[in-house]
Amino acid sequence: MKKIMTIIIGAGLISVVTAGLNAQNQKYLTIKGSDTMVHLVSAWAETYMKENPGIEISVTGGGSGTGIAALINGTTDIAASSRDIKPKEVDLAKENNVMPLETKVALDGIAVAVNPANPVKELSMSQLKKIFTGEVDNWNQVGGNDEKIIVLSRESSSGTYVFFMEHVLDKHDYTKNARLMPATSAIVQAIAEDKTAIGYIGLGYAEESKNKIKVIPVKKDDNSTAVYPSEETVKNGSYPISRGLFLYTKTAISYSGIIREFLNFCLSEEGQKIVTDNGYVTVN
Amino acid sequence: MNKENLIKYILAGAASTSILIVILIFMFLFKEAVPFLKKPGISALINQDWRPVSFFNESFGIIPLFTGSVLVTLLATALALPFGVIGAVYISEIASVYEREIFKPFIEVLAGIPSVVIGFFGLVVLAPVIKSTFNLPSGLTAFTGAVLLALMAIPTIISISEDAIRSVPKSYKEASLALGASKLQTIWKVTVPAALSGIVAAVMLGMGRVIGETMAVLMVTGNAPLTAFNPFTSVRTMTATIAAEMGEVAFGSIHYRALFCVGIVLLVVTFIINLVAQKFLRKYKI
Repeated sequence: MKKIMTIIIGAGLISVVTAGLNAQNQKYLTIKGSDTMVHLVSAWAETYMKENPGIEISVTGGGSGTGIAALINGTTDIAASSRDIKPKEVDLAKENNVMPLETKVALDGIAVAVNPANPVKELSMSQLKKIFTGEVDNWNQVGGNDEKIIVLSRESSSGTYVFFMEHVLDKHDYTKNARLMPATSAIVQAIAEDKTAIGYIGLGYAEESKNKIKVIPVKKDDNSTAVYPSEETVKNGSYPISRGLFLYTKTAISYSGIIREFLNFCLSEEGQKIVTDNGYVTVN
Repeated sequence: MNKENLIKYILAGAASTSILIVILIFMFLFKEAVPFLKKPGISALINQDWRPVSFFNESFGIIPLFTGSVLVTLLATALALPFGVIGAVYISEIASVYEREIFKPFIEVLAGIPSVVIGFFGLVVLAPVIKSTFNLPSGLTAFTGAVLLALMAIPTIISISEDAIRSVPKSYKEASLALGASKLQTIWKVTVPAALSGIVAAVMLGMGRVIGETMAVLMVTGNAPLTAFNPFTSVRTMTATIAAEMGEVAFGSIHYRALFCVGIVLLVVTFIINLVAQKFLRKYKI
């Protein structure tokens, strides 16, 4: 009887101890924010978890603003954001004794493309806005032939849809006549078929489909020169439809332990290869 | 005895699975949609604008989606009807046994082609053809979608119509021929009218297939939410909307609830079409 008790107590003790050890080894990391970046961050997290068993990273979307708010409230370790932190948010963070630290982890550029037969050579940001909101609906208003413009867009579920709406359309709504395509490949196919179509696609795709479509250089404003989107012009910021993708961390703990390791991984050669695989531009 | 009862219950259980599933699906759809019907309310759905993602004014008007589905479905049915019915008449009444052996497998193959393959064919091959034939600015139109859907509805219409035509009693035809009517006269004046309710049911079931079809229309109709009854404009169907938007929508948001409302409308429409078809089917069996 006594023997049995001992065994039970012993087993109990062992399990308590091992549970304690497990808890110490188990590491959780939460990343919250930008919907655009969800796929990229998830790809990083998956590879990182595979290489570092015992570490668990949970990635959720909700938008850049949600992510930064969560960082300030302390409900996430890292905030993913596809825009710079606003001064207002920095003030709010200071009030809560948080000093957000920005790490630029990738760049994102969106190319505007038309059919190779389209004579239009360049477009300005304001012309793009007018085309995509429907204010201009004929190519002759922007230097082309007298033909109706067919506007192609991604589906509203796409992060690029929102990005384009925010930065090019200045937060105005797309024209109702915009055809919403289920995938980037469908946009490329439609542009290749329709002589009067215009659409936007990720840089990676634009490179791949060079022989089917014509990528249009974009002018920041009416006085500047038109810039062709490429890895280089996105990197040096001269191409206007581009942005940085950021991870924000709290300064106090960001340079310790797992958070630093994860950020280093994102910036490493392997991490940046994932950036390219996801159709974004590397930072270095 | 007990054992026999047990087996009976097991069989009954298996047979009623589909009833249970239909009820569960209805319940699930309503559960997810009810918060939308409370706030912002059903009136928000009766609106001309489907603009689920916007910085300033979101709008969840289901009217353009509904008319889009109706337009594509009616066009597809109109296109499939002559091919389906005339094809069925030929196969069941005129074709030789040898011809029938060739036709039937091909019809079955057509029925079995995955809709995404048909959609891709539509995007790459059919859309450019329609664009140049009708001299349109873009080939991504309701008509393009309707042609693809007609391809999918034809096998359904042929198979069920053929059954209906075959089950017309031989005595009807013999009486007609004995009175001196030609073979063609017999077919169009006696056999087809006698099988009419079955043929109507076949067309209704074809419509049911068409209205629920997603992938092919998503790829070729352009998906612009316009309330238009012009076959050569872009339309956005209810099915395409759900398929395109459900993947990324924030769980529990108004947009998410609105998509469930679209699902309910779609389910109710399909349900009605099937009910009507069943009614016609029953009529011709008597």
